[in-house]
Amino acid sequence: MLKVLLAALQQGYRTSTYPKTVSVLPDRFRGLPVLDRAHCSPGCSLCMDACPGDALCAGLKIDLGRCLFCGSCAHACPSGSISFSQDYRLAVRKREDLVLENNALKLAGALDKKSRALFGRSLKLRQVSAGGCNACEADTNVLSTVVYDLGRFGIQFVASPRHADGLLITGPVSRNMVSALKKTYDAVAWPKLVIAVGACAVSGGIYRDHPEVTNGADQLLPVDLYVPGCPPHPLSILDGLLRLLGRI
Amino acid sequence: MTAHNFILLDNAEAIAFERVPLVSPDAFRRAVLYAVGNGARISAFFGTPEESLVSNASRKDCSARRIRLCCVLAHDAQGKLAIGSTVIEDVYPALTPDCPQAHLFERELYEQWGIVPEGHPWLKPLRFHKRYNNGHDGSGHDAPDPAIGVTDFFHIDGAEMHEVAVGPVHAGIIEPGHFRFQCHGEDVYHLEISLGYQHRGIEPALTGGPNKRSLHYMETLAGDTTIGHATAYAQAMEALAGGIAPPRAQAIRGIALELERAANHTGDLGALAGDIGYLPTASYCGRIRGDFLNMTALLCGSRFGRGLVSPGGVLYDFDTERLSRLKDKLQQAQKDVTSAVNLLWEAPSVMARFEHTGALPPDTAEELGLVGPAARASGLVRDVRYDFPSGIFRFAQIPVSTWGTGDVFARAYVRWLELQRSLSFILGQLEMLPAGDIMTGPVTPAPKSLAVSLVEGWRGEICHVAITDGQGGFSEYKIVDPSFHNWLGLAIAMRDQQISDFPLCNKSFNLSYCGHDL
Repeated sequence: MLKVLLAALQQGYRTSTYPKTVSVLPDRFRGLPVLDRAHCSPGCSLCMDACPGDALCAGLKIDLGRCLFCGSCAHACPSGSISFSQDYRLAVRKREDLVLENNALKLAGALDKKSRALFGRSLKLRQVSAGGCNACEADTNVLSTVVYDLGRFGIQFVASPRHADGLLITGPVSRNMVSALKKTYDAVAWPKLVIAVGACAVSGGIYRDHPEVTNGADQLLPVDLYVPGCPPHPLSILDGLLRLLGRI
Repeated sequence: MTAHNFILLDNAEAIAFERVPLVSPDAFRRAVLYAVGNGARISAFFGTPEESLVSNASRKDCSARRIRLCCVLAHDAQGKLAIGSTVIEDVYPALTPDCPQAHLFERELYEQWGIVPEGHPWLKPLRFHKRYNNGHDGSGHDAPDPAIGVTDFFHIDGAEMHEVAVGPVHAGIIEPGHFRFQCHGEDVYHLEISLGYQHRGIEPALTGGPNKRSLHYMETLAGDTTIGHATAYAQAMEALAGGIAPPRAQAIRGIALELERAANHTGDLGALAGDIGYLPTASYCGRIRGDFLNMTALLCGSRFGRGLVSPGGVLYDFDTERLSRLKDKLQQAQKDVTSAVNLLWEAPSVMARFEHTGALPPDTAEELGLVGPAARASGLVRDVRYDFPSGIFRFAQIPVSTWGTGDVFARAYVRWLELQRSLSFILGQLEMLPAGDIMTGPVTPAPKSLAVSLVEGWRGEICHVAITDGQGGFSEYKIVDPSFHNWLGLAIAMRDQQISDFPLCNKSFNLSYCGHDL
């Protein structure tokens, strides 16, 4: 018993103060891309050619839903027109909001008043991995550790869809998971939310157009929140959840 | 040591494909059985259409019946790999009855190419996908479109026997898979594990590569093993190109691989504590796992090591400041994880649940061909870093950590031993990082070649086999994740256990669903 207490003393209190303060992300973290067309040479397509997720199209338009945040485009670009910022805030409410051209990213707005009254102080989610590689899953799981302590926001992952207010889906939705995902969704009582986490769940990601997958959650279900990234940083997911609930 | 007829090669070595011995089915069978009978393991055993080896026909429209079977055998004690091949049309006598570790490989062959291993005791779908060539199998039976999870499950009848079905969707944040238990009261007589829910078609998508997507398939085929699989791929590519990554890049890959191991082993120890309700270690390790992931992010920006490893080297280097920050963080995490994990071994309530639960005897583990911590927990001395060292591990050896009891305790304790050794390895490497470049020039695979690349991922041996066509593109890229070897180990470990111990046993193996399903 004494040793347990000593260990507790040594480990200390480690829960982050987010969202009051935000811990510094590593300098090489690749968050929201910054586009600067001014230096693009006409007809140059080096970034598009390098992009493994086909997230870029002509005129330096980027679909964050397909972006793997791998940095290949920035490496390929001779003029420094693409760079990745430290900004981890990436979640949006509509799929088309993930396409960046000349616009600033339209971050997720809150649910309507009625939904917020229902979910704002207590949101229970059932997580379904549908072809996910266990990275999005792991960084979702991390929200329940002492560092993020998801419970303090009234958000909790639950074991049964019957106890849940919605689904948090990861993976490109493999064909072999379609039926299980539909059944899980059907088992959640109305009203319900769907949250797509990671490039795969948003668009199919690197697996897009494989015959074995269905290109993401919204091909099957109505999605209320999109969190891009491969995988998204835990803060990106948490930021999205709190925005949805109108907490930030 | 190995059977005649097979050619010996080293880890991360490429040979011209024509040098891979092509023998009669009978000689092939005798060679494999002889080698396995004398202590070899099957690292990879797969089929590829003979016509794609002779012509350059794309595999996607291939309706080949003539399939070249290739088998890579690992001779751990000698540190040598042996490879041989044969051509099969339709049927051949199954190896599995005489060699249980061939079991899943032969099911895979049947599912992918319709080759019938006659006498296979359990010829069921593995990933529930369509055949790669065409509908019918080697004995002329049409294969219906496979419906996921619909198969002939093993079933026990009798008074008070009952069946428990779990999954594909599980209670936690975890990948999908289906588990079918045959129980008598609380006792599990048999567990059948049926996967395939995560199948994304990675191997077919890799043929025709390498291209800009190839590396990202590697990084996400089992996302918690990004460094392991990306390194295996990079090694295979470098071998095919006849090059080698610069020493500094090799050291950085080694550091990242051991950080990946440290993060996952810490997470597993915490999750094991969580499964038996021992919250101090569960809480601390959940957090410390994140500290290790953040160290990988300090190096390359991604907590999972995305974008770090690339054929030819690594894409991110250490500067002096980064080195010293990593060292500080590592030393702090070392203190934290030591205090958190040592609580386990001193708590009688923990030890009572860990010891004698889910024990897998050494001979069973050997027969099934287990790899990684699960094998070492059953006393088997096998570790790619030691037996087939490549990269930095040729110069800096990490002792193999084993324990003999094969139970949940052993699988937990081996993780703890490995974790400590990984941390001292990283600290040592940070002190003496070689100077120089981190990247060679472009890596272009040679045509008509084969390379085998092994890496000890945190779950065990990762095996990649690449075969190139006349232009140096992949005519075949075979991936064997450690989980492919180990899932049956979990099923057997559950026999005669209480069903309530399943979560604990499952966590003690902590296998990958997507790494198996590909």
